[in-house]
Amino acid sequence: MNKLQRIAGLVWMPLGMLLFVALLWTAGLQISANPVADTWIQWGVFILISFPVCLGFCLFGWYAWKGDYSDGAENAS
Amino acid sequence: MRPVIAAASLGTVIEWYDFYLFGSLAPILAAQFFPKDNPTTALLATLATFAAGFIVRPFGALVFGRLGDKAGRKHTFLLTLLIMGGATFAIGCVPSFQSIGYAAPVIVLFLRLLQGLALGGEYGGAATYVAEHAPAGKRGYYTSWIQTTATLGLLLSLAVILLTRVSLDPDKAQSIRYFESWGWRIPFFVSALLVAVSVFIRLRMDESPGFKKIRDEGKIAVNPLRESFTQRKNLSLVLLTLFGAVMGQGVVWYTGQFYAQTFMENTCRIDFAQTRTLLILAIVPATPLFILFGAWSDKVGRKWIMMGGLLLAVCLYRPIYRGMLQIAQPDAAFQTDTATVGHKQAGSLSLFQLRTETTYQNGIVGVRMQTDTMAGSAAMVPGKAGKESKTLPLNRVAAMVGLLFLQLLFVAMVYGPIAAFLVEQFPTRIRYSSMSLPYHIGNGVFGGMTPFIAVLLTTAYPAEPLAGLWYPIAVAFLCLLIGSLYLRNKPVTDHE
Repeated sequence: MNKLQRIAGLVWMPLGMLLFVALLWTAGLQISANPVADTWIQWGVFILISFPVCLGFCLFGWYAWKGDYSDGAENAS
Repeated sequence: MRPVIAAASLGTVIEWYDFYLFGSLAPILAAQFFPKDNPTTALLATLATFAAGFIVRPFGALVFGRLGDKAGRKHTFLLTLLIMGGATFAIGCVPSFQSIGYAAPVIVLFLRLLQGLALGGEYGGAATYVAEHAPAGKRGYYTSWIQTTATLGLLLSLAVILLTRVSLDPDKAQSIRYFESWGWRIPFFVSALLVAVSVFIRLRMDESPGFKKIRDEGKIAVNPLRESFTQRKNLSLVLLTLFGAVMGQGVVWYTGQFYAQTFMENTCRIDFAQTRTLLILAIVPATPLFILFGAWSDKVGRKWIMMGGLLLAVCLYRPIYRGMLQIAQPDAAFQTDTATVGHKQAGSLSLFQLRTETTYQNGIVGVRMQTDTMAGSAAMVPGKAGKESKTLPLNRVAAMVGLLFLQLLFVAMVYGPIAAFLVEQFPTRIRYSSMSLPYHIGNGVFGGMTPFIAVLLTTAYPAEPLAGLWYPIAVAFLCLLIGSLYLRNKPVTDHE
Protein backbone atom coordinates (compact mmCIF):
# COMPACT_ATOMS: atom_id res chain seq x y z
CA MET A 1 0.00 0.00 0.00
CA ASN A 2 2.80 2.41 0.89
CA LYS A 3 4.41 1.80 -2.47
CA LEU A 4 1.15 2.44 -4.30
CA GLN A 5 0.60 5.64 -2.32
CA ARG A 6 4.05 6.88 -3.30
CA ILE A 7 3.74 5.95 -6.98
CA ALA A 8 0.33 7.64 -7.16
CA GLY A 9 2.08 10.80 -5.95
CA LEU A 10 3.88 10.84 -9.30
CA VAL A 11 0.47 10.98 -10.98
CA TRP A 12 -0.94 13.79 -8.83
CA MET A 13 1.95 16.17 -9.53
CA PRO A 14 1.59 16.37 -13.33
CA LEU A 15 -2.20 16.11 -13.00
CA GLY A 16 -2.22 19.32 -10.92
CA MET A 17 -0.22 21.12 -13.59
CA LEU A 18 -2.34 19.66 -16.37
CA LEU A 19 -5.56 20.81 -14.71
CA PHE A 20 -4.24 24.34 -14.39
CA VAL A 21 -3.15 24.40 -18.04
CA ALA A 22 -6.58 23.06 -19.04
CA LEU A 23 -8.24 25.79 -17.01
CA LEU A 24 -6.06 28.48 -18.65
CA TRP A 25 -6.87 27.02 -22.07
CA THR A 26 -10.63 27.01 -21.38
CA ALA A 27 -10.45 30.54 -19.96
CA GLY A 28 -8.64 31.69 -23.11
CA LEU A 29 -11.28 30.10 -25.33
CA GLN A 30 -14.16 31.54 -23.33
CA ILE A 31 -12.69 35.03 -23.16
CA SER A 32 -11.85 35.12 -26.87
CA ALA A 33 -15.36 33.87 -27.70
CA ASN A 34 -17.00 36.56 -25.58
CA PRO A 35 -14.43 39.26 -24.70
CA VAL A 36 -16.56 41.32 -22.31
CA ALA A 37 -15.72 42.41 -18.77
CA ASP A 38 -18.13 39.85 -17.29
CA THR A 39 -16.23 36.95 -18.84
CA TRP A 40 -12.89 38.45 -17.77
CA ILE A 41 -14.03 38.76 -14.17
CA GLN A 42 -15.54 35.28 -14.05
CA TRP A 43 -12.50 33.53 -15.47
CA GLY A 44 -10.08 35.85 -13.69
CA VAL A 45 -11.60 34.81 -10.37
CA PHE A 46 -11.50 31.11 -11.37
CA ILE A 47 -7.82 31.34 -12.31
CA LEU A 48 -6.91 33.39 -9.25
CA ILE A 49 -8.43 30.83 -6.90
CA SER A 50 -7.47 27.74 -8.92
CA PHE A 51 -3.78 28.56 -9.11
CA PRO A 52 -3.06 27.92 -5.40
CA VAL A 53 -5.41 24.91 -5.44
CA CYS A 54 -3.57 23.31 -8.39
CA LEU A 55 -0.25 24.20 -6.77
CA GLY A 56 -1.51 22.53 -3.60
CA PHE A 57 -2.43 19.44 -5.59
CA CYS A 58 1.11 19.24 -7.01
CA LEU A 59 2.49 19.68 -3.49
CA PHE A 60 0.14 16.95 -2.27
CA GLY A 61 1.60 14.67 -4.96
CA TRP A 62 5.10 15.60 -3.85
CA TYR A 63 4.33 14.78 -0.20
CA ALA A 64 2.71 11.50 -1.25
CA TRP A 65 5.75 10.59 -3.31
CA LYS A 66 8.03 11.43 -0.38
CA GLY A 67 6.02 9.08 1.86
CA ASP A 68 4.38 11.66 4.15
CA TYR A 69 1.14 9.67 4.08
CA SER A 70 2.68 6.24 4.44
CA ASP A 71 2.11 4.05 7.51
CA GLY A 72 4.35 5.19 10.31
CA ALA A 73 4.33 8.83 9.25
CA GLU A 74 3.19 11.11 12.12
CA ASN A 75 0.01 13.14 12.23
CA ALA A 76 -0.22 16.90 12.72
CA SER A 77 2.39 18.23 15.12
CA MET B 1 -24.43 18.77 25.67
CA ARG B 2 -27.88 19.81 24.42
CA PRO B 3 -27.47 23.58 25.01
CA VAL B 4 -24.04 23.44 23.36
CA ILE B 5 -25.42 21.73 20.25
CA ALA B 6 -28.47 24.01 20.20
CA ALA B 7 -26.41 27.20 20.51
CA ALA B 8 -23.92 26.19 17.83
CA SER B 9 -26.47 24.67 15.45
CA LEU B 10 -29.09 27.39 15.62
CA GLY B 11 -26.55 30.09 14.80
CA THR B 12 -25.15 28.08 11.91
CA VAL B 13 -28.65 27.41 10.50
CA ILE B 14 -29.22 31.15 10.53
CA GLU B 15 -25.89 31.84 8.81
CA TRP B 16 -26.79 29.42 6.02
CA TYR B 17 -30.32 30.81 5.84
CA ASP B 18 -28.87 34.29 5.37
CA PHE B 19 -26.41 33.14 2.74
CA TYR B 20 -28.97 31.16 0.74
CA LEU B 21 -31.56 33.95 0.70
CA PHE B 22 -29.39 35.94 -1.65
CA GLY B 23 -28.92 32.97 -4.00
CA SER B 24 -32.57 31.92 -3.92
CA LEU B 25 -33.77 35.46 -4.61
CA ALA B 26 -31.05 36.22 -7.15
CA PRO B 27 -33.42 37.00 -10.09
CA ILE B 28 -35.47 39.41 -7.95
CA LEU B 29 -32.38 41.04 -6.44
CA ALA B 30 -30.93 41.41 -9.94
CA ALA B 31 -34.03 43.28 -11.06
CA GLN B 32 -33.91 45.50 -7.96
CA PHE B 33 -30.19 46.26 -7.80
CA PHE B 34 -28.41 44.97 -10.89
CA PRO B 35 -30.46 45.77 -14.03
CA LYS B 36 -29.08 43.69 -16.89
CA ASP B 37 -29.34 46.49 -19.47
CA ASN B 38 -26.82 48.51 -17.46
CA PRO B 39 -23.27 47.17 -18.02
CA THR B 40 -21.88 48.58 -14.75
CA THR B 41 -24.51 46.98 -12.56
CA ALA B 42 -24.20 43.72 -14.51
CA LEU B 43 -20.47 43.75 -13.68
CA LEU B 44 -21.19 44.38 -10.00
CA ALA B 45 -23.63 41.44 -10.06
CA THR B 46 -20.94 39.18 -11.47
CA LEU B 47 -18.54 40.35 -8.77
CA ALA B 48 -21.15 39.71 -6.07
CA THR B 49 -21.69 36.16 -7.35
CA PHE B 50 -18.09 35.12 -7.89
CA ALA B 51 -16.12 37.07 -5.33
CA ALA B 52 -18.39 36.21 -2.37
CA GLY B 53 -18.28 32.48 -2.97
CA PHE B 54 -14.83 31.91 -4.35
CA ILE B 55 -12.51 34.48 -2.82
CA VAL B 56 -14.08 35.98 0.27
CA ARG B 57 -15.23 32.69 1.83
CA PRO B 58 -11.74 31.12 2.00
CA PHE B 59 -10.40 34.51 3.08
CA GLY B 60 -12.97 34.57 5.90
CA ALA B 61 -11.81 31.09 6.89
CA LEU B 62 -8.27 32.45 7.31
CA VAL B 63 -9.28 35.64 9.14
CA PHE B 64 -11.70 34.05 11.58
CA GLY B 65 -9.73 30.81 11.82
CA ARG B 66 -6.77 32.77 13.14
CA LEU B 67 -9.00 34.74 15.49
CA GLY B 68 -10.66 31.55 16.76
CA ASP B 69 -7.34 29.92 17.53
CA LYS B 70 -6.06 33.06 19.28
CA ALA B 71 -9.10 34.55 21.04
CA GLY B 72 -11.33 31.52 21.42
CA ARG B 73 -14.14 29.78 19.59
CA LYS B 74 -17.09 31.35 21.38
CA HIS B 75 -16.32 35.01 20.69
CA THR B 76 -15.28 34.35 17.12
CA PHE B 77 -18.40 32.53 16.03
CA LEU B 78 -20.49 35.11 17.87
CA LEU B 79 -18.80 37.77 15.77
CA THR B 80 -19.40 35.91 12.50
CA LEU B 81 -23.08 35.56 13.38
CA LEU B 82 -23.43 39.28 14.06
CA ILE B 83 -21.68 40.21 10.81
CA MET B 84 -23.82 37.81 8.80
CA GLY B 85 -27.08 38.86 10.46
CA GLY B 86 -26.27 42.56 10.20
CA ALA B 87 -25.35 42.27 6.50
CA THR B 88 -28.51 40.28 5.71
CA PHE B 89 -30.81 42.69 7.51
CA ALA B 90 -29.07 45.60 5.76
CA ILE B 91 -29.62 44.04 2.31
CA GLY B 92 -33.34 44.07 3.07
CA CYS B 93 -33.12 47.81 3.79
CA VAL B 94 -31.17 48.98 0.73
CA PRO B 95 -33.27 51.15 -1.64
CA SER B 96 -33.47 49.94 -5.23
CA PHE B 97 -31.33 51.05 -8.18
CA GLN B 98 -34.24 53.20 -9.39
CA SER B 99 -34.22 55.11 -6.09
CA ILE B 100 -30.54 55.75 -5.35
CA GLY B 101 -28.72 54.72 -8.55
CA TYR B 102 -25.27 53.13 -8.44
CA ALA B 103 -25.04 53.40 -4.65
CA ALA B 104 -27.58 50.53 -4.42
CA PRO B 105 -25.56 47.81 -6.23
CA VAL B 106 -22.31 48.98 -4.60
CA ILE B 107 -23.83 48.70 -1.11
CA VAL B 108 -25.36 45.31 -1.90
CA LEU B 109 -22.04 44.05 -3.28
CA PHE B 110 -20.27 45.18 -0.10
CA LEU B 111 -22.88 43.49 2.10
CA ARG B 112 -22.68 40.30 0.05
CA LEU B 113 -18.91 40.23 0.51
CA LEU B 114 -19.42 40.65 4.26
CA GLN B 115 -21.78 37.65 4.17
CA GLY B 116 -19.14 35.55 2.41
CA LEU B 117 -16.52 36.62 4.94
CA ALA B 118 -18.73 35.70 7.90
CA LEU B 119 -19.71 32.35 6.40
CA GLY B 120 -16.03 31.51 6.00
CA GLY B 121 -15.57 31.84 9.75
CA GLU B 122 -18.76 30.31 11.08
CA TYR B 123 -18.59 26.62 10.25
CA GLY B 124 -15.12 25.94 11.64
CA GLY B 125 -16.08 27.65 14.89
CA ALA B 126 -19.34 25.79 15.36
CA ALA B 127 -17.87 22.38 14.51
CA THR B 128 -14.81 22.92 16.69
CA TYR B 129 -16.91 24.25 19.57
CA VAL B 130 -19.22 21.22 19.60
CA ALA B 131 -16.41 18.70 19.01
CA GLU B 132 -14.34 20.10 21.88
CA HIS B 133 -17.29 19.62 24.21
CA ALA B 134 -18.04 16.09 23.01
CA PRO B 135 -16.49 12.89 24.37
CA ALA B 136 -14.18 11.27 21.78
CA GLY B 137 -16.50 8.30 21.20
CA LYS B 138 -19.51 10.49 20.41
CA ARG B 139 -17.91 13.22 18.37
CA GLY B 140 -19.46 12.02 15.12
CA TYR B 141 -22.93 12.01 16.61
CA TYR B 142 -22.72 15.41 18.27
CA THR B 143 -21.04 17.21 15.37
CA SER B 144 -23.50 15.70 12.90
CA TRP B 145 -26.08 18.14 14.27
CA ILE B 146 -23.89 20.92 12.89
CA GLN B 147 -23.89 19.06 9.57
CA THR B 148 -27.66 19.30 9.33
CA THR B 149 -27.52 23.07 9.58
CA ALA B 150 -26.62 23.82 5.96
CA THR B 151 -29.54 21.73 4.74
CA LEU B 152 -31.88 23.17 7.37
CA GLY B 153 -30.74 26.68 6.44
CA LEU B 154 -31.64 25.94 2.82
CA LEU B 155 -34.97 24.45 3.89
CA LEU B 156 -35.76 27.44 6.08
CA SER B 157 -34.90 29.92 3.34
CA LEU B 158 -37.05 28.05 0.78
CA ALA B 159 -39.94 27.78 3.23
CA VAL B 160 -39.85 31.47 4.24
CA ILE B 161 -39.62 32.56 0.59
CA LEU B 162 -42.49 30.32 -0.54
CA LEU B 163 -44.65 31.31 2.42
CA THR B 164 -44.04 35.04 1.97
CA ARG B 165 -44.59 34.76 -1.78
CA VAL B 166 -48.16 33.47 -1.39
CA SER B 167 -49.32 35.25 1.77
CA LEU B 168 -49.08 38.93 0.85
CA ASP B 169 -52.52 39.02 -0.77
CA PRO B 170 -55.47 36.62 -0.96
CA ASP B 171 -55.10 36.71 -4.78
CA LYS B 172 -52.07 34.52 -5.57
CA ALA B 173 -51.00 36.41 -8.71
CA GLN B 174 -51.23 39.73 -6.86
CA SER B 175 -49.29 38.26 -3.94
CA ILE B 176 -46.46 37.20 -6.26
CA ARG B 177 -46.41 40.72 -7.78
CA TYR B 178 -46.17 42.27 -4.28
CA PHE B 179 -43.41 39.82 -3.40
CA GLU B 180 -41.37 40.80 -6.43
CA SER B 181 -41.94 44.48 -5.74
CA TRP B 182 -41.31 44.75 -1.97
CA GLY B 183 -42.20 41.46 -0.26
CA TRP B 184 -38.78 39.94 -0.99
CA ARG B 185 -37.42 42.17 1.81
CA ILE B 186 -39.42 40.30 4.46
CA PRO B 187 -37.21 37.15 4.54
CA PHE B 188 -34.21 39.46 5.05
CA PHE B 189 -35.92 41.15 8.00
CA VAL B 190 -36.85 37.76 9.48
CA SER B 191 -33.12 37.13 9.74
CA ALA B 192 -32.70 39.93 12.32
CA LEU B 193 -35.14 38.21 14.65
CA LEU B 194 -33.44 34.83 14.24
CA VAL B 195 -30.00 36.34 14.83
CA ALA B 196 -31.17 38.12 17.99
CA VAL B 197 -32.41 34.82 19.46
CA SER B 198 -29.22 33.02 18.48
CA VAL B 199 -26.90 35.73 19.87
CA PHE B 200 -28.83 35.66 23.15
CA ILE B 201 -28.30 31.88 23.41
CA ARG B 202 -24.64 31.99 22.39
CA LEU B 203 -23.82 34.78 24.85
CA ARG B 204 -24.82 32.49 27.71
CA MET B 205 -22.47 29.71 26.61
CA ASP B 206 -18.97 29.05 27.97
CA GLU B 207 -15.78 28.78 25.99
CA SER B 208 -14.98 25.24 24.77
CA PRO B 209 -13.14 23.05 27.31
CA GLY B 210 -10.41 22.21 24.79
CA PHE B 211 -9.59 25.85 24.14
CA LYS B 212 -9.81 26.76 27.85
CA LYS B 213 -7.30 24.03 28.63
CA ILE B 214 -4.66 25.20 26.16
CA ARG B 215 -5.26 28.81 27.18
CA ASP B 216 -4.71 27.93 30.87
CA GLU B 217 -1.59 25.99 29.97
CA GLY B 218 -0.28 28.88 27.86
CA LYS B 219 -0.22 26.72 24.72
CA ILE B 220 -2.15 29.04 22.43
CA ALA B 221 -0.50 29.25 19.01
CA VAL B 222 1.46 32.45 18.45
CA ASN B 223 0.76 32.40 14.72
CA PRO B 224 -1.83 29.72 13.88
CA LEU B 225 -1.81 30.45 10.15
CA ARG B 226 1.95 30.03 9.90
CA GLU B 227 1.78 26.83 11.96
CA SER B 228 -1.08 25.44 9.88
CA PHE B 229 0.11 26.23 6.41
CA THR B 230 3.90 26.40 6.52
CA GLN B 231 4.83 23.47 8.76
CA ARG B 232 5.10 20.43 6.53
CA LYS B 233 3.35 17.96 8.84
CA ASN B 234 0.31 20.20 9.17
CA LEU B 235 0.23 21.37 5.57
CA SER B 236 0.37 17.80 4.28
CA LEU B 237 -2.71 17.01 6.39
CA VAL B 238 -4.52 20.15 5.22
CA LEU B 239 -3.91 19.04 1.61
CA LEU B 240 -4.97 15.46 2.29
CA THR B 241 -8.13 16.69 3.98
CA LEU B 242 -8.94 18.91 1.01
CA PHE B 243 -8.24 16.46 -1.82
CA GLY B 244 -9.16 13.24 -0.05
CA ALA B 245 -12.43 14.28 1.55
CA VAL B 246 -13.74 17.84 1.34
CA MET B 247 -13.33 18.32 -2.41
CA GLY B 248 -15.65 15.38 -3.16
CA GLN B 249 -18.03 16.29 -0.37
CA GLY B 250 -18.34 19.82 -1.83
CA VAL B 251 -19.42 18.65 -5.28
CA VAL B 252 -21.77 15.95 -3.96
CA TRP B 253 -23.37 18.48 -1.64
CA TYR B 254 -23.82 21.12 -4.35
CA THR B 255 -25.09 18.61 -6.89
CA GLY B 256 -27.68 17.12 -4.54
CA GLN B 257 -29.05 20.42 -3.31
CA PHE B 258 -28.42 23.05 -5.98
CA TYR B 259 -27.63 21.44 -9.31
CA ALA B 260 -30.70 19.23 -8.84
CA GLN B 261 -32.83 22.34 -8.33
CA THR B 262 -31.39 24.09 -11.42
CA PHE B 263 -31.74 20.91 -13.46
CA MET B 264 -35.42 20.50 -12.55
CA GLU B 265 -36.14 24.13 -13.37
CA ASN B 266 -34.05 24.65 -16.51
CA THR B 267 -33.70 21.23 -18.12
CA CYS B 268 -36.87 19.46 -16.94
CA ARG B 269 -38.72 22.83 -17.05
CA ILE B 270 -40.67 22.17 -13.87
CA ASP B 271 -42.55 25.10 -12.34
CA PHE B 272 -40.61 27.40 -9.90
CA ALA B 273 -42.77 26.72 -6.86
CA GLN B 274 -43.05 22.98 -7.51
CA THR B 275 -39.27 22.68 -7.88
CA ARG B 276 -38.80 24.19 -4.40
CA THR B 277 -41.59 22.07 -2.95
CA LEU B 278 -40.05 18.89 -4.37
CA LEU B 279 -36.72 19.78 -2.81
CA ILE B 280 -38.33 20.50 0.55
CA LEU B 281 -40.18 17.16 0.42
CA ALA B 282 -36.87 15.37 -0.13
CA ILE B 283 -34.87 17.37 2.42
CA VAL B 284 -37.23 16.78 5.34
CA PRO B 285 -36.89 12.96 5.49
CA ALA B 286 -33.19 13.13 4.49
CA THR B 287 -32.07 15.45 7.28
CA PRO B 288 -32.07 12.81 10.08
CA LEU B 289 -29.70 10.77 7.91
CA PHE B 290 -26.91 13.24 8.66
CA ILE B 291 -27.21 12.36 12.33
CA LEU B 292 -27.52 8.65 11.57
CA PHE B 293 -24.32 8.58 9.53
CA GLY B 294 -22.51 10.85 12.00
CA ALA B 295 -23.39 8.49 14.86
CA TRP B 296 -22.54 5.41 12.80
CA SER B 297 -19.11 6.87 12.02
CA ASP B 298 -18.35 6.80 15.76
CA LYS B 299 -18.63 3.02 15.57
CA VAL B 300 -17.14 2.10 12.20
CA GLY B 301 -14.89 5.09 11.48
CA ARG B 302 -15.44 8.09 9.22
CA LYS B 303 -13.53 7.05 6.12
CA TRP B 304 -15.58 4.30 4.53
CA ILE B 305 -18.94 5.99 5.10
CA MET B 306 -17.67 9.09 3.28
CA MET B 307 -16.05 7.03 0.54
CA GLY B 308 -19.25 4.98 0.19
CA GLY B 309 -21.22 8.18 -0.42
CA LEU B 310 -18.72 9.27 -3.07
CA LEU B 311 -18.81 5.88 -4.77
CA LEU B 312 -22.62 5.86 -4.92
CA ALA B 313 -22.60 9.40 -6.33
CA VAL B 314 -20.06 8.49 -9.03
CA CYS B 315 -22.00 5.39 -10.08
CA LEU B 316 -25.57 6.63 -9.78
CA TYR B 317 -25.66 10.30 -10.76
CA ARG B 318 -26.25 9.65 -14.45
CA PRO B 319 -29.02 7.04 -13.97
CA ILE B 320 -30.69 9.32 -11.41
CA TYR B 321 -30.67 12.38 -13.66
CA ARG B 322 -31.79 10.32 -16.65
CA GLY B 323 -34.69 9.18 -14.47
CA MET B 324 -35.50 12.80 -13.56
CA LEU B 325 -35.64 13.69 -17.25
CA GLN B 326 -37.97 10.77 -17.95
CA ILE B 327 -40.29 11.69 -15.08
CA ALA B 328 -40.69 15.21 -16.48
CA GLN B 329 -41.18 13.98 -20.05
CA PRO B 330 -44.78 14.62 -21.24
CA ASP B 331 -46.42 12.13 -23.61
CA ALA B 332 -49.32 12.81 -26.03
CA ALA B 333 -51.35 15.98 -25.38
CA PHE B 334 -54.78 15.42 -23.92
CA GLN B 335 -56.28 18.89 -23.92
CA THR B 336 -55.05 22.41 -24.77
CA ASP B 337 -56.69 25.65 -23.62
CA THR B 338 -55.54 29.13 -24.48
CA ALA B 339 -56.78 32.20 -22.62
CA THR B 340 -55.90 35.90 -22.66
CA VAL B 341 -54.69 36.77 -19.17
CA GLY B 342 -53.44 40.31 -19.76
CA HIS B 343 -53.92 43.21 -22.15
CA LYS B 344 -51.77 46.34 -22.43
CA GLN B 345 -52.00 49.28 -24.82
CA ALA B 346 -48.61 50.63 -25.90
CA GLY B 347 -49.29 53.57 -28.26
CA SER B 348 -51.05 52.13 -31.30
CA LEU B 349 -50.01 48.61 -30.32
CA SER B 350 -52.21 46.23 -28.36
CA LEU B 351 -50.29 43.60 -26.41
CA PHE B 352 -52.15 40.45 -25.44
CA GLN B 353 -50.63 38.11 -22.91
CA LEU B 354 -51.75 34.57 -23.63
CA ARG B 355 -51.59 31.61 -21.33
CA THR B 356 -51.70 28.21 -22.99
CA GLU B 357 -52.29 25.25 -20.71
CA THR B 358 -51.76 21.77 -22.09
CA THR B 359 -52.74 18.69 -20.14
CA TYR B 360 -50.88 15.53 -21.20
CA GLN B 361 -52.15 11.97 -20.92
CA ASN B 362 -49.61 11.15 -18.21
CA GLY B 363 -50.99 13.94 -16.01
CA ILE B 364 -48.27 16.55 -16.61
CA VAL B 365 -49.66 20.07 -17.06
CA GLY B 366 -47.61 22.40 -19.24
CA VAL B 367 -48.03 26.18 -19.16
CA ARG B 368 -46.68 28.55 -21.79
CA MET B 369 -46.89 32.33 -21.68
CA GLN B 370 -46.75 34.30 -24.92
CA THR B 371 -47.35 37.93 -25.84
CA ASP B 372 -49.06 38.60 -29.19
CA THR B 373 -49.13 42.07 -30.77
CA MET B 374 -51.81 43.80 -32.80
CA ALA B 375 -51.16 47.16 -34.52
CA GLY B 376 -54.41 49.12 -34.90
CA SER B 377 -56.90 46.89 -36.65
CA ALA B 378 -54.22 44.87 -38.50
CA ALA B 379 -53.92 41.13 -38.01
CA MET B 380 -52.54 39.76 -34.75
CA VAL B 381 -48.79 39.03 -34.87
CA PRO B 382 -47.96 36.00 -32.73
CA GLY B 383 -45.16 36.67 -30.28
CA LYS B 384 -42.24 34.43 -29.45
CA ALA B 385 -43.13 31.64 -27.05
CA GLY B 386 -42.25 32.86 -23.57
CA LYS B 387 -41.43 30.96 -20.45
CA GLU B 388 -42.65 27.36 -20.40
CA SER B 389 -43.08 25.35 -17.26
CA LYS B 390 -44.65 22.09 -16.19
CA THR B 391 -46.44 20.84 -13.14
CA LEU B 392 -46.07 17.16 -12.29
CA PRO B 393 -48.99 15.00 -11.10
CA LEU B 394 -48.81 13.36 -7.68
CA ASN B 395 -47.43 9.96 -8.77
CA ARG B 396 -44.57 11.69 -10.63
CA VAL B 397 -43.96 14.00 -7.69
CA ALA B 398 -43.37 10.92 -5.54
CA ALA B 399 -40.92 9.46 -8.06
CA MET B 400 -39.05 12.77 -8.38
CA VAL B 401 -38.85 13.17 -4.59
CA GLY B 402 -37.46 9.62 -4.43
CA LEU B 403 -34.64 10.50 -6.83
CA LEU B 404 -33.88 13.73 -4.96
CA PHE B 405 -33.89 11.80 -1.69
CA LEU B 406 -31.31 9.36 -3.10
CA GLN B 407 -29.00 12.25 -3.89
CA LEU B 408 -29.47 13.63 -0.39
CA LEU B 409 -28.61 10.20 0.98
CA PHE B 410 -25.20 10.49 -0.72
CA VAL B 411 -24.89 14.01 0.70
CA ALA B 412 -25.64 12.71 4.20
CA MET B 413 -23.06 9.93 3.84
CA VAL B 414 -20.23 12.26 2.86
CA TYR B 415 -21.30 15.27 4.89
CA GLY B 416 -22.61 13.69 8.12
CA PRO B 417 -19.27 12.47 9.50
CA ILE B 418 -17.04 15.15 8.00
CA ALA B 419 -17.04 17.66 10.88
CA ALA B 420 -15.76 15.00 13.29
CA PHE B 421 -13.27 13.87 10.66
CA LEU B 422 -11.93 17.40 10.16
CA VAL B 423 -11.71 18.15 13.87
CA GLU B 424 -9.80 14.93 14.52
CA GLN B 425 -7.16 15.74 11.92
CA PHE B 426 -5.71 18.76 13.71
CA PRO B 427 -4.51 19.69 17.20
CA THR B 428 -6.57 22.12 19.31
CA ARG B 429 -4.09 25.02 19.04
CA ILE B 430 -4.48 25.31 15.24
CA ARG B 431 -7.75 23.45 14.70
CA TYR B 432 -10.00 26.36 13.76
CA SER B 433 -7.58 27.69 11.11
CA SER B 434 -6.52 24.31 9.76
CA MET B 435 -9.99 22.88 9.21
CA SER B 436 -11.73 26.06 8.03
CA LEU B 437 -9.61 26.70 4.94
CA PRO B 438 -9.86 23.25 3.31
CA TYR B 439 -13.57 23.12 4.17
CA HIS B 440 -14.31 26.39 2.42
CA ILE B 441 -12.09 25.63 -0.57
CA GLY B 442 -13.78 22.24 -0.91
CA ASN B 443 -17.29 23.64 -0.56
CA GLY B 444 -16.96 27.18 -1.84
CA VAL B 445 -14.57 26.57 -4.73
CA PHE B 446 -15.01 22.94 -5.86
CA GLY B 447 -18.69 22.84 -4.88
CA GLY B 448 -19.45 26.41 -5.91
CA MET B 449 -17.99 25.84 -9.37
CA THR B 450 -20.52 23.05 -10.04
CA PRO B 451 -23.25 25.23 -11.61
CA PHE B 452 -20.81 27.23 -13.74
CA ILE B 453 -18.92 24.25 -15.10
CA ALA B 454 -22.21 22.42 -15.63
CA VAL B 455 -23.47 25.32 -17.76
CA LEU B 456 -20.17 25.36 -19.66
CA LEU B 457 -20.38 21.64 -20.39
CA THR B 458 -24.03 21.81 -21.36
CA THR B 459 -23.27 24.67 -23.74
CA ALA B 460 -20.34 22.76 -25.23
CA TYR B 461 -22.45 19.61 -25.71
CA PRO B 462 -26.00 20.89 -26.32
CA ALA B 463 -27.30 17.50 -27.47
CA GLU B 464 -26.34 15.88 -24.16
CA PRO B 465 -28.57 17.17 -21.32
CA LEU B 466 -26.54 15.26 -18.71
CA ALA B 467 -23.17 16.72 -19.78
CA GLY B 468 -23.13 19.00 -16.73
CA LEU B 469 -22.78 15.95 -14.48
CA TRP B 470 -19.29 15.10 -15.70
CA TYR B 471 -17.73 17.72 -13.44
CA PRO B 472 -19.16 16.45 -10.11
CA ILE B 473 -18.59 12.84 -11.22
CA ALA B 474 -14.94 13.51 -12.12
CA VAL B 475 -14.19 15.44 -8.92
CA ALA B 476 -15.96 12.89 -6.73
CA PHE B 477 -14.09 10.06 -8.47
CA LEU B 478 -10.70 11.73 -7.96
CA CYS B 479 -11.53 12.39 -4.32
CA LEU B 480 -12.68 8.78 -3.91
CA LEU B 481 -9.35 7.54 -5.29
CA ILE B 482 -7.29 9.82 -3.07
CA GLY B 483 -9.40 9.28 0.03
CA SER B 484 -9.43 5.50 -0.34
CA LEU B 485 -5.70 5.42 -0.89
CA TYR B 486 -4.46 7.84 1.76
CA LEU B 487 -7.04 8.43 4.50
CA ARG B 488 -6.95 6.38 7.66
CA ASN B 489 -10.13 4.94 9.03
CA LYS B 490 -9.06 5.10 12.66
CA PRO B 491 -10.02 8.45 14.16
CA VAL B 492 -7.16 10.51 15.57
CA THR B 493 -8.70 11.41 18.89
CA ASP B 494 -5.91 12.41 21.23
CA HIS B 495 -4.81 15.75 19.85
CA GLU B 496 -4.41 18.58 22.31
